[in-house]
This record gives sequence, structure tokens and C-alpha cells, in this order.
Amino acid sequence: MNRLAVELPGLQLKNPIMPASGCFGFGKEYGNLYDLSVLGAIMIKATTLEMRLGNPTPRVAETASGMLNAIGLQNPGLQGVLEEELPWLKQFDVPIIANVAGTETEDYVEVAKAVSAAPNVKALELNISCPNVKCGGITFGTDPEIAKELTKAVKAVSQVPVYVKLSPNVTDITAIAKAVEAGGADGITMINTLVGMRLDQKTGRPIIANGTGGLSGPAVKPVAIRMVYEVSKVVNIPIIGMGGISETADVIDFLSAGASAVAVGTANFVNPFICPTIIEELPAKLDELGIKHISELIGRSHRL
Amino acid sequence: MIIQDQMTVIAQSRIAENIFEMQLAGKLVGDITSPGQFVHIRTADSFEPLLRRPISIASVDKEAGQMTIIYRAEGRGTTILSEKRDGDVVDVLGPLGNGFPLEETESGETAILIGGGIGVPPLYELSKQLTAKGVKCIHVLGFQSSDVVFYEDEFKALGDTHIVTVDGSQGTKGFVTTVLAELGDNFSTYYSCGPMPMLDAVQRLYVGKKGFLSFEQRMGCGIGACFACVCQTTEGTTKPYVKVCSDGPVFPAGMVAI
Repeated sequence: MNRLAVELPGLQLKNPIMPASGCFGFGKEYGNLYDLSVLGAIMIKATTLEMRLGNPTPRVAETASGMLNAIGLQNPGLQGVLEEELPWLKQFDVPIIANVAGTETEDYVEVAKAVSAAPNVKALELNISCPNVKCGGITFGTDPEIAKELTKAVKAVSQVPVYVKLSPNVTDITAIAKAVEAGGADGITMINTLVGMRLDQKTGRPIIANGTGGLSGPAVKPVAIRMVYEVSKVVNIPIIGMGGISETADVIDFLSAGASAVAVGTANFVNPFICPTIIEELPAKLDELGIKHISELIGRSHRL
Repeated sequence: MIIQDQMTVIAQSRIAENIFEMQLAGKLVGDITSPGQFVHIRTADSFEPLLRRPISIASVDKEAGQMTIIYRAEGRGTTILSEKRDGDVVDVLGPLGNGFPLEETESGETAILIGGGIGVPPLYELSKQLTAKGVKCIHVLGFQSSDVVFYEDEFKALGDTHIVTVDGSQGTKGFVTTVLAELGDNFSTYYSCGPMPMLDAVQRLYVGKKGFLSFEQRMGCGIGACFACVCQTTEGTTKPYVKVCSDGPVFPAGMVAI
């Protein structure tokens, strides 16, 4: 028995650990460092219909136990992803979750339709929560009705299950979660980054050229845990949890809060080997907790 | 190959105001391929500070398995690094990036190496290797003031060395371009590393000459995955953008839009 295996819509995960979208490119850089087949899945960088060059620099700024980023969804566009990135990833025995972004509903639909037909794409992650682009992205993620309609439209064309990535930059995240579930979402991924700002001590101006950026890293973990806890109580679809996971103990927390699997983001920048390290450490952690199979941890916090 | 190495501090000393020279030993040294490459250092085994610090390699001793880095202790991360003692272990990712091309200058030819401030260190290993292959190196090194000047004697041992300070407290008063204008353009290649305005001034002065510039940008991952350190390229370049960490940090002059 594989104690770490988790099954989710569209995804047979050999373990519940995957790199988060935007923190792993399309895998090539990390593929130089270790065998990507050890991963549960890979969430590739957001794909938009056309190539995007992203925001001006500086695009990142370090903060207390975290970092701000405003990359601006830089990516090679749908054709580039279909012709270059996804075929390259085929050499690995790992399901790909394709993050889909856009400006209009039509963009999302077109990208979702095409990218979901790629043989190694086993699920989509609908990016309705990027805080760093002027149009689209987060505007779809802050209004429950709009989020629901977009989910429906994408579900109608996708050949694989659709997970919706939620923004924490809302008053009530459960309203959005329930809306996307009603729209037919097969799962939820959460949380995207929290909008933040850091100022330059000398000039007083924002360090990031975009002004604001998305906060990630250990600093956001308590917020993410709280939100996973709240959302898992009100939806019946699985959650892939993320937000500041930096070590094996964090994975236990997210699963306990109600996530069925987790994604690791910023920690890849600190330690490029963090995903394989966590995967390696998990069995001993389960032993320590007296647990046979990792799924026993899911939603523990609600059983008290 | 890029590796994550737990390197041992062999020696560390302060060589100018807030400027530190650190010698590190470890197997990572064996993978260094060209001068101008850098390493990404985790300065603390905690979340504070969180990210690694990109620091250029100043010299390499492959036989001894040691390298020297020179950095300015400015923020939290580099200040912590400056407090490391002999025998301490440091988490180093590298070697990263593509360095200066030695093959662009033939033996017997002259190269001008232009550095500004904390951009000076990688030029030292470059000069050592160019000099060893028979290239005549002229160094023009710019600093703010005399208290932050370092490695003057080391560069002098390799070739003509001109020190420039903004306030005139050592060497020529002004900017590196002040000296470059007097040196003329009787050389085959120029190599430069320093702040963006300096790189811009140097490449404007040497339009049409063969040159290579090493860039600095705020970085996240250091290996090309996060797209933090992207620079737009100039018209006529095949790629619309480059990543400083993995495509660079060294690029042919004229390629990156400054």
C-alpha cells in the first residue's frame, strides 16, 4: 500500500505534494535538479491565449517571512505551451494541472478547451485570483456570480476536471467557494497570494514597479489554514491547499484543516529541493503521528 | 551542474567599509565553468530573511576546492553573512548563470575590464583567466569614495589599473567614463559589471565595439523559474526578453534594453 497516495477528480496522486503554479515555471529548471516523476503533480505556470511579457521590474520584494511578487502572468501563450512546454513534460510520469488565465470569459474558454485536450494535462486550475494583472484574473474571483458563470463556461468545454483557484482578497471566501461549486467545479485550490505593498525606506515609494504585489511565504500560512478550514466546512468538493508551506509539518496542518492535497510555492525559491524533501520525510511524519495512511489526516480539525 | 552545497567558511575579513571577502570550501567549486557566474546563498536557517542572496564569485581555486566571494553588507541577509566565522557552514546554491566569454578575446589582444562598486569582484577572476591566456587587461574600477575601494593591489598585479572615485578621495575624480574617454578605443573587447547607469554609459561610449555586460536584478529563485529578474531586449534580438539569472547575468552589449 502506498501510504501517501491520494485520489482526486482527474488526478491519481502518488503523493499529495505538488509545486504551485507560478513558482515552478513549466518544470524545466527544476527538472535539471531532480526527477520530476517523484512529484504528486505539477501545477504549471498560468497560460493565457497570447504570449505575455509581464510587468516591469522590480517584480519581487522580500518581506518579513515572506515575499511580494507582481510578475504579471508572463508566459509563452497557449501555442507555446502546447507545442513546447507540455510535450517536454511528457517524459515524466506525473500528472499536469494546467493553470488557465485570461482577460475575458472567451479567453479562458479558448485556452481551457485547447489545453485540456493535451494528453498529460489531467486537470485545469482556473486562475480567477491573480492580483497582479489589470484586467481579468482577480475580478473574476471576487464576485460569486461572475465566478460561477466563468466556472460553468469552462466546465462546458474542458475535457478534464476543473479546479478553481480562489483569492483570499475577499470578505467571505466561502461565498465564492460555494458559487464555484454550484458552477460545477470539481475541486478548489486555495489560496492565491494576499495583496500587499512594501515601500522603499529612502524614497517612500513602492519597491515593486506594479505598486502592489501578492504576498506569499510562511507569513500567509495562518490565513490560508483558516480559509481552508472555513471552505472545507461548506463545500463537498476536494481542496488542494497552499499558502506558505515550507516544511513537512505544514503539510500536516493543511490536511488537518481540510485539504486533500497541497501545493508548495515560495519555498521552492528558498530550497529548490523542498518538494522531494517533504515527500521523503512524510512517511516518518505519519509514523510519528501514529497514522497509517495520509488520507486519515484530511479534515481532522473538524472532528473535534 | 547546479547543486545545493553546504559549504564551509575558510576565512572572512572586512576589506573596506562594509565590504567583506569570504572564502568558502565545498564541492560546488568543481562545477564553476566561467568567471562572472554567481551563487545563491541562504544566510539564515530560518524564515528571516526568507530568500537567498545572489552573490558573484570573485575568484576560484579549483585545486583547493575553494572560492572567494566579495559582497557589501547592506541589508539583513548580507549582514548575517558578514557575521559568519571560520568553520561555519553556509547553504549555497550554484554555480548559477553564464559568465563572461573568454574566447571573445585572443591571446595578445587587449581587453578593458570596467567595474563599478560591488560589480568589481567578478572582474578579478575574469582578469586572472584572461591574463593567463595572454590577453593584456586594463582595469578601470569606479567606487563612491576611498573607504569602499578594494582589490587595487590585486588588480594591479594583473595589469594597468585605474581607480576612479565619485568624490575624488582616491584616484581620478568622476566616473569610469572619465577615464575611459582618455584611454581611447585601441582594444578588442570590453567586459563590464556594475550598476545599470554605469553599464548604460559604458555601452553608449563604446558603440560598435565588442563588449559584454553583467547585469544585476532583484531575484527570486536564481535558476530561471520565477520570472522575477526579466529584462526586455532591444529590437532585432530574437528573444523578446531575457532572464538575468539563467540567460545571463552576462549578455553581449546592446542586447538588453537599459
